[in-house]
Amino acid sequence: MKREPVLRVVGKLLTPYMLVFALYVQFHGDFGPGGGFQAGVIAAASIIFYALIFGLPAARRLVPDAVVETMVALGAFLYLTVGFAGLALGGNYLDYFVLDRDPVAGQHRGIFWVELGVLITVAGVMLKIFYLFAGRRRED
Amino acid sequence: MMAVTVIAIILQRNLFSVVVLAGVYSFLMATVLVALDAVDVAMTEASVGAGISAVLLLGALYLCGGEEAKPMARPWLPLAVTLVILAALVYGTLGLPAFSDPLSPIHTHVVPRYLLQGPVETGVPNVVTAVLASYRGYDTLGETMVVFTAGIGVIALLRRVRRGKGDKT
Repeated sequence: MKREPVLRVVGKLLTPYMLVFALYVQFHGDFGPGGGFQAGVIAAASIIFYALIFGLPAARRLVPDAVVETMVALGAFLYLTVGFAGLALGGNYLDYFVLDRDPVAGQHRGIFWVELGVLITVAGVMLKIFYLFAGRRRED
Repeated sequence: MMAVTVIAIILQRNLFSVVVLAGVYSFLMATVLVALDAVDVAMTEASVGAGISAVLLLGALYLCGGEEAKPMARPWLPLAVTLVILAALVYGTLGLPAFSDPLSPIHTHVVPRYLLQGPVETGVPNVVTAVLASYRGYDTLGETMVVFTAGIGVIALLRRVRRGKGDKT
């Protein structure tokens, strides 16, 4: 598909908007529909879209394997860290009320970081699975 | 329309069209969920069911060919098992409260508290996000761990194949 000019132009135009939309879904999740999981899937889908049009090597140059594998672990680690932060500040595990002097602001902060962790892990796992599937060659 | 799609999926022998029809099914399901006011779930269904899984299934088709194999034997026993389970499930739904019954247990126990206190306690207008990330933080932690473990499992399974490419037997 690399030679198709229409696909290349549309792909170049759409990929940044898809990434921005993922961020919108992520940070607007407090007010509208959305959240870490959906945003992660949309972010991964934009990279997969890019890979389908420009080829897997181009996508691998854009988001290398090492970055993806780090994302898989980093998101889960971030979530756990938020839990321990609540513990360190004198609350229960995953207790957000103690993260800020104002309990409501603390809730906001906790939800923000937790959703960010979910986003990173989900996007990383989806991309990694796609890379591994698409990187294999046909047996025959 | 969803029933028509499912029957078409069952009858179809070409796996490429099965994947496309599964995507159609996911979008119809998302529409149903929007109609039920579950926009968050609809979003997930549309992006995961119709987007990512369709791409992954197409990738799998590329690896293993696009025609379904003819069944080896008549599937009477699996059919019987499925029918028995279906009957059991339908029997189970008879005991559930009626759809959108305001007096059913889920609407009297914890839901009013989430709906009334959630925006006040967390400052988050979207109750789904508040419940998901705050009240049910442990559950979401578990889900993230499930996704994480799935990723690790896929890496562990498929990486080995790639490394063993040199000494192919």
